[in-house]
Amino acid sequence: MFLLSSFLSSEDMTILQDSFLPLLKGVLSYTIPLTLISFAIGLILAITTALFRISGIKVLSGIARVYVSIIRGTPLLVQLFIVFYGLGNLGVEALKFEPFVGAIIAFSLNTGAYASETIRASILSIEKGQWEASSSIGMSYLQSLRRVILPQATRVSIPPLSNSFIGLVKETSLASTILVSEMFRKAQEIVATTYTPLLVYVEAGAIYWVICFLLSVLQGKIEKRMNRYVKT
Amino acid sequence: MINMNNISKQFGDLVVLKDISLQVEQGKVVVIIGPSGSGKTTLLRCLNVLEQPEEGSITIDQQTLKFSEKVSKKEIREFRRQTGMVFQTYNLFPHFTAVENVMEGPITVQKVAKAKAREKAVDILTKVGLHEKMEVYPYQLSGGQQQRVGIARAMAIDPKVMLFDEPTSALDPELVGEVLQVMKKLAAEGRTMVVVTHEMSFAKEVADEVLFMDNGMIVERGEPSVLFEHPKEERTKQFLKLIKQ
Repeated sequence: MFLLSSFLSSEDMTILQDSFLPLLKGVLSYTIPLTLISFAIGLILAITTALFRISGIKVLSGIARVYVSIIRGTPLLVQLFIVFYGLGNLGVEALKFEPFVGAIIAFSLNTGAYASETIRASILSIEKGQWEASSSIGMSYLQSLRRVILPQATRVSIPPLSNSFIGLVKETSLASTILVSEMFRKAQEIVATTYTPLLVYVEAGAIYWVICFLLSVLQGKIEKRMNRYVKT
Repeated sequence: MINMNNISKQFGDLVVLKDISLQVEQGKVVVIIGPSGSGKTTLLRCLNVLEQPEEGSITIDQQTLKFSEKVSKKEIREFRRQTGMVFQTYNLFPHFTAVENVMEGPITVQKVAKAKAREKAVDILTKVGLHEKMEVYPYQLSGGQQQRVGIARAMAIDPKVMLFDEPTSALDPELVGEVLQVMKKLAAEGRTMVVVTHEMSFAKEVADEVLFMDNGMIVERGEPSVLFEHPKEERTKQFLKLIKQ
């Protein structure tokens, strides 16, 4: 604060300070919940999709392929608009979502598709001998997955999944376009009254950076724990 | 105990096992030798149904699988529980400690209570000489120790037959002995064992019968003293001469 005040005017300092609480509120009530809920649902979708892909059952792997292809082949912004404005305009009551819900749907679908590829690759990276060993002691396919394959695949997938997670934190800013009052929308609202875009947007950017920095520290801790059973 | 009848197996166009029949009586140790590509490992894997033959049937104890008919996954799973498989590359579960590796079959498959499974795992690990290494992860063990955990894990499901797929081939020479010693101990206890190995001294000492395989067929079989000293078939003679060099 002291350092900042030496080259910012006192009005600028006041704006920075006044905008901090509203921005923080945007983070706590929208950015973080949006990220956590979407990532959780996205992960479930991703595991299911990955298992569909490797199931060897044509219909299931077909569904998975089409889903991943559509989501990866279209911009997230377009997906948000389709879910919120597009479906909302159909005149079907059940498809009119609150902005927050619409955002969760779009972000979950998006995360699910990208993360499914990560998880699929992690599962395939586990040696065939692990499947054989678990079968040889009598485990079923699902038991092998649950007890032997997925725990090991989780370790492999932590770095790329952390990437997706950190990416998602920042992507939630796109929800501002469908009226979710997350942090970036708050920033836009503040700028509309103060006319200090550089100041407030840099402040918002700094808050994103702090969140992502904390997350990468967390990632390091999780990786360390996961690596307890491998030679380092 | 084991009755294999007319087993045939092919991978694509490659015929790996040609109409193989084999009987193993309870408590006997059968050692399978032969050049690489002879089908000996595939034969062993068929007993554990890690490979599914196209033809023939296998009976272990009272249970029979007929491969000419459709065999369900559940049938295979139940059949498999009668055999304990020891792999060349150990295939231990790296994310479990030694004792957890041994407990896994009883807990997950046989639904044994954790405390009871642990007690049993401790007993088995003590038997293979690893009571001091129970709480360590596989990467912290030597190859010989890992393989002994592998044997313990296979034993934990109380199999009627123990199957060994070149259990010492991946080991440094100085570690082979400790694994063979455990296997000898099991043989002395009267366990039924089928062993694929290149350890001829083990075969001579422990086997009740030795099978020589080549080209997907059992070329010659007999007591070790007879087969090693007085082989009848030309191919057996050649192979034995090669490995003596």
